[in-house]
Amino acid sequence: MASMRDIKRRRGSVQSTQQITKAMKLVSTVKLQKAKQRAEETTNYFDAMYRTVQGMLAKSGNINHPYLNPSNSSKKLVIMITSNKGLAGGYNSNVIKLITQGDFKREDVMISAVGKKGKEYMARTEYQIVADHSDLIDYPLYENARQIAKEALDLFAKGEVGEIYLAYTHFKNTVSHIPTLIKLLPVEADQNVQQTEEDKIPMNFEPKEEEALQLIIPTYITSLIYGGMLESVASENGARMQAMDSATSNAEEIIDKLTLQYNRARQGAITQELTEIIAGAQAIS
Amino acid sequence: MAEDRNFDLEIITPDRVFYKGQASMVEFNTTEGEIGVYKDHIPTTVIIKPGVLTITSEEKKVAALHSGFATILQDKVTILAEIIEWAAEIDEERAKASKERAENRIRQGHEETDMARAETSLLRAMARIKSIRY
Repeated sequence: MASMRDIKRRRGSVQSTQQITKAMKLVSTVKLQKAKQRAEETTNYFDAMYRTVQGMLAKSGNINHPYLNPSNSSKKLVIMITSNKGLAGGYNSNVIKLITQGDFKREDVMISAVGKKGKEYMARTEYQIVADHSDLIDYPLYENARQIAKEALDLFAKGEVGEIYLAYTHFKNTVSHIPTLIKLLPVEADQNVQQTEEDKIPMNFEPKEEEALQLIIPTYITSLIYGGMLESVASENGARMQAMDSATSNAEEIIDKLTLQYNRARQGAITQELTEIIAGAQAIS
Repeated sequence: MAEDRNFDLEIITPDRVFYKGQASMVEFNTTEGEIGVYKDHIPTTVIIKPGVLTITSEEKKVAALHSGFATILQDKVTILAEIIEWAAEIDEERAKASKERAENRIRQGHEETDMARAETSLLRAMARIKSIRY
């Protein structure tokens, strides 16, 4: 049986770990509130954008534009949004799994990384990394999203990549975050969109559809990336909050167990001492 | 005409809902020229160029609208603006300085200058100044 001192030392160490996890939980709770609010404010813009683009595709069925057609290149660019910091449960590895365990062939994938954790893993497993925007995930701005989108579209325009994907974590609610992989380019009409009355009105385009698409699609992609970044940040803090919450309660459990062990050991030591004294006294008399 | 001549106007930016309400007319600049939209406009999607945006309802509101696009329906106009600011929020000195900067860049015409970018920033600065003076 471990000595009293050992148990005491162990309990102290678990206690200070618990203090750290508790503090981290509080910090990420506050950050989550802020990130959640930002993510929710974007939803309006994003929804309107999505409706417009889907409406355009539905109405202008057979327009021919490079953004809508798959190109010859088999290369796939994946914009991968993870976090810069760890200790967030499965948050980062879930996004990584989307890419490593999906239908992608390693040699076809090019990574545009947002977030150190994902980038480091992909670099270690010898994926090709074409861009690293890790610094901006701490506080993503629309400008940043625009730059990432521009780089990706340039690669697409040059024919270096045939498809562009976005891997991020969808923030469903505080406790549920879903790692998601969506295809940005070529743009595909979503079959599941319900046609509303509004969608059936014939729509004019000024300039013509092709030109309008040329201008709208980059904006659309930028808004998807921006939304993805904000949702990922919210998910990251949510995931960290949960991870730290369970770490704190696990620490509590261990402390309870160790306290019990310590008390037993102490009682055992007292009993033994008493027995020895009594035995000694009897021996003298 | 007792009929209601107002339509719903919604201006959304990536970070917030910029304006939501009723308006009788909205004017802004597009790639095809400046347009003014009343109720019952033919459904159209237009691309925005930097310019002044004016909303006419009970009172007149002026903003500088820089990029994005607008979906016009008969009884509703939705403007998805990437960048937009109320005239009252604009710093005139800064706008003037950036106008001069852009003009110089275009005039000197160095090879490494990105002409398209310089022109856009000139247009933006001009839209800002115009919307203050409006």
